[in-house]
Amino acid sequence: MTDTVAQRSVADAKAAPDTMAWDSGLRRLMMIYLPLGCFVLILLFPFYWMAITSFKPNAELMNYREHNPFWISSPTLAHIKHLLFDTAYPRWLWTTMMVAIGATTLSLVASTLAAYAIERLRFRGSPYVGLGIYLAYLVPPSILFIPLATVVVQFGLFDSPLALILVYPTFLVPFCTWLLIGYFKSIPYELEECALVDGATRLQILRRITLPLAVPGLISAGIFSFTLSWNEFIYALAFIQSGANKTVPVAILTELVTGDVYQWGALMAGSLLGSLPVAVFYSLFVDYYVSSLTGAVKE
Amino acid sequence: MSVTTLPPLALAQRQPSWLVRLFDYKPFLIVMCLAPAIGLLAVFLTYPLGLGIWLAFTDTTIGRKGVYVGLENFQYLLTDSLWWNAVFYSVVYTAIATFGKFALGFWLALLLNNHFPFKSLLRAIILLPWIVPTVLSALAFWWIYDPQFSIISYLLVDVLHWRSSNIDFLGSAWPARFSLIAANIWRGIPFVAISLLAGLQTISPSLYEAAMLDGASAWQRFRYITFPMMMPILAIVMTFSIIFTFTDFQLVYAITRGGPGNSTHLLATLAFQRGIAGGELGEGAAIAVSMIPFLVFATLFSYFGLARRKWQQGEAND
Repeated sequence: MTDTVAQRSVADAKAAPDTMAWDSGLRRLMMIYLPLGCFVLILLFPFYWMAITSFKPNAELMNYREHNPFWISSPTLAHIKHLLFDTAYPRWLWTTMMVAIGATTLSLVASTLAAYAIERLRFRGSPYVGLGIYLAYLVPPSILFIPLATVVVQFGLFDSPLALILVYPTFLVPFCTWLLIGYFKSIPYELEECALVDGATRLQILRRITLPLAVPGLISAGIFSFTLSWNEFIYALAFIQSGANKTVPVAILTELVTGDVYQWGALMAGSLLGSLPVAVFYSLFVDYYVSSLTGAVKE
Repeated sequence: MSVTTLPPLALAQRQPSWLVRLFDYKPFLIVMCLAPAIGLLAVFLTYPLGLGIWLAFTDTTIGRKGVYVGLENFQYLLTDSLWWNAVFYSVVYTAIATFGKFALGFWLALLLNNHFPFKSLLRAIILLPWIVPTVLSALAFWWIYDPQFSIISYLLVDVLHWRSSNIDFLGSAWPARFSLIAANIWRGIPFVAISLLAGLQTISPSLYEAAMLDGASAWQRFRYITFPMMMPILAIVMTFSIIFTFTDFQLVYAITRGGPGNSTHLLATLAFQRGIAGGELGEGAAIAVSMIPFLVFATLFSYFGLARRKWQQGEAND
């Protein structure tokens, strides 16, 4: 098979230029654009379905014979209205936002300082501290949630969003530290040495030189922390009991899924509204996101 | 460039207070900088990890302090068909989902590595399944898998006429298992694709040019250049993927909660059911701890992947 391909490419090269261009155009269509189109279609379809369900009246949702399921004939805001006014959804959104912001801030401060100490202050054993923090990322929440639940109870934080703010850094700090070490590495030492010679203290150097230069890294670490906190599920499920204190992912699943007949319209509206903040946040910083993801893997 | 923002003379003239001088003492500064991160990790990660292992050897329940019972929990698990079932499904789930994610993600990465218009926009769109909270997209899949109103059934039955009746995706063991795996693959493709794309972009085009001159076919170029050059990054991304797929919780909890008939329990969901919902903390912890050997294996795999990467870089630097 490989031989025939090789022969064909030789034949292509000998063919007249215009037929070759047409041939390669068709080839590109079949080999690149068609599969890419399928990927995009499949990857985005659940979101389309989520969105379209959110605005469909119940009559259309349950009747594919008379209504084209891929389109809405009479869009309605009833599901979103139900969500915003008849449930504690605004409260859940607010809690999730506060938890995400709190955990992100805490993690950013802790991991910036840690990354600075590991990468810039350089002490004996700093690579091992770095490795230790990195290994912490490999400990999955599924192993920790049971003992953590008892720790949270011991601290009197059960059912409190504060517990989530304190616990989320366990997976955010390793990730952010790892990312920021890479950024600090890219800042030339000479800049700090000059400032030291000029008599600046180490804290001044951190605040005025290192941190401003690491801003892209801080932004990516912040975005990652925010989205990861927003998405977190198992801790929020295990530590929060009262309906009002739940985060969006947990609340939708435990408070909106009731009875035998599922309220698909409201469920999808809840999923859509819960996804929007991260999606918007993501789209604002998408370049940081993609570049730091690829950068982190390349490191 | 930022150096110019520092007024050097002013700094030298001001006499620093004792606090500032303390922070200038390097060992103190190092300790202060590491304290928040290490403290958080020690209290909320290392301690719980140890506590979890300890709990696995006790008969603790919610509201009652347990006593040490040795290996009793583990002995019980070995006789528990649900635990065996969860081990079986966790392995199947991880194996098939990882294979699917990497096959499709690698393909997508190769496609994205070509030149075409709106490439960065496309890359941004493709990451969406990975950004959106898993539970929320899982709910969308739950709705897509609805026994009566599944859009897939509608397409197969009413539009394409391939089948005569709706598919009951989540009604029996194997269809439910594969439905969950499909949702997991869907969610994992973007991360794998973008990570591998990063790896693809580091491969020097001159390698391909040399291979083309030697008459290598597209498949040969993939087999002898792309694939070996991607080995190290594949090993790392795969280790992560295996660890987080094996310990997955959200997807299963959201779509089937382990059903039908406990056939889709992963170890994590079983641990939650026994430990938190059922109140048997000791037994739940034992189930969670039983995941550790597998994770150690995956981490060692990553270690050897990294070792191999160093060796390859050394060769490339020659």
